[in-house]
Amino acid sequence: MPKWFVPLAAVTALMFAGSPFLIANAPYEATMGLVQKIFYYHLPSAWVFLLSAIVCGIASARFLFGGSPRQDRLAYAAAELTVLFGAIVLVTGPLWARKAWGVWWQWDVRLTSSLMGWMVAWAYLLVRKYGGPGSDKLAAGLALFGMANVPFVYISVNYWRTIHPATSVVPTLPVDMGVALWFAVGCFLLLFVLLLRLRVYLEEQRARLDALYLSLDE
Amino acid sequence: MIRTAWLVLKKDLTVEVRSLEIAYTTLFFAVSCVLFFAFALVKEGKAPEDGAAGILWIAIAFGGTLALGRAFERERQSETLRALLMAPAARPAIYVGKLLGIVALLAAAEVVLVPLVAFLFQAPLLSHPFWLAAVLLSGTIGFAAVGTLFSAMLVRARSRDVLLPVLLYPITVPVIIAGVRATAALLQPDVELALVRFWVALLIALDVVFVTLALWTFEPLMTD
Amino acid sequence: MRVLVFLFLFLSSPAMAQQPAPDQSQQPKQTDEFVPISQLPAQDQLPAAPLLVTAYAFVWVVLFAYVVSVGRRLTKVQNEVERLESDIAKRT
Repeated sequence: MPKWFVPLAAVTALMFAGSPFLIANAPYEATMGLVQKIFYYHLPSAWVFLLSAIVCGIASARFLFGGSPRQDRLAYAAAELTVLFGAIVLVTGPLWARKAWGVWWQWDVRLTSSLMGWMVAWAYLLVRKYGGPGSDKLAAGLALFGMANVPFVYISVNYWRTIHPATSVVPTLPVDMGVALWFAVGCFLLLFVLLLRLRVYLEEQRARLDALYLSLDE
Repeated sequence: MIRTAWLVLKKDLTVEVRSLEIAYTTLFFAVSCVLFFAFALVKEGKAPEDGAAGILWIAIAFGGTLALGRAFERERQSETLRALLMAPAARPAIYVGKLLGIVALLAAAEVVLVPLVAFLFQAPLLSHPFWLAAVLLSGTIGFAAVGTLFSAMLVRARSRDVLLPVLLYPITVPVIIAGVRATAALLQPDVELALVRFWVALLIALDVVFVTLALWTFEPLMTD
Repeated sequence: MRVLVFLFLFLSSPAMAQQPAPDQSQQPKQTDEFVPISQLPAQDQLPAAPLLVTAYAFVWVVLFAYVVSVGRRLTKVQNEVERLESDIAKRT
């Protein structure tokens, strides 16, 4: 295990352990009550989901145009995290929606484009796993298109009439809610950095293994 | 550059016109799609009236995937793609030429599909021909732009037939959604042209994004 | 240069699409009177706690499962690396 892992993991774990207290102390929302508290994990994981897609896209672009294997490893790790945090968003959201909107799912812009972005990340993983030689570039091309989707997901809720809350909710949060939210955002960002570095480390070890196998053949 | 694209397009059309293999098979497949969906959704002998827009676009998407696979399979068999890439031609021009070929193929299929769907579903598809043509053209270009790029990339990959839908469908979801919404808007008894204009504008924006991305990445994706 | 053109066109597309955004979604019914929750019929009352607990539990479980998965893959690769390195050392 690399040196930075334990301290970073400890800090992240501590912060996560502390977050439920802040969330419990935050005031209830007027119309949605208790179920609205899902927000404090749903929104940060959505941000990390989009951030991860962007990291994957940028790393893929740098890999395609620069050929650096380090960028390729970063892109692969980021794609896996996109699937992970996307899964969190797409499960916590409907759980909240069941009570707040009365339905598990609605085909509005925000939900549809998020689901689509999530599927693109899945497609990336499938291509890397089953695509054979050259699949790293294929997947990189795909990741670029996936990254183009991200701004659309974010602004869609402001331009279309949709049932999903608009982005204006966050800047206008009351202080008590804001504290809980931004603390959770910090938790998730730390977690993202931790998991990303860990996953990249795994890829680096795999690359080292491949190099060893190659040197054996000589 | 334009000359290169035109030459690639002419080559593809010449090869295709000789046997019309891809044109006929794609058309037949798309028509079968339409019929399948019509049968699956028929209730009491009547097909659902609102199904026309969705079924048309599904047939275009599925038929288009087949056409893309076949078109590049042909390139792979004769190794013409490698020859094209070795030629001193600008890579983006090759992409544009192939894209126009696919769009032409799909447009030919749509010429048959639209009256068929209008007939089977009693849908007034031909009431605003200019707008319908705009919707179909911008949607087809968007779909084909991504499809051509991915098909070209997949020519040398393993499991390419399975991977093309895996790569293509999630990315083209916005195009299909916009196309279906625009076509459905055109089928309403009193057409809201502002709504149609909105969806066509979105389709054109998507086309610009996709074609630009494809042009930008075609070169590095096709080099080993 | 191409990047700038692409960025400009992409950013201007919402402006192009800025026709009156059509009402695509079905809005939930507009409330015109407030009903205390105890007066709702029982099947309309949906307890929030199970949903909340499930949501947080899901997050924890998924994150934990992912860390375990990465850890397992990592030990497997590291064991193999060690094995290979000792093999190479033995040969040389």
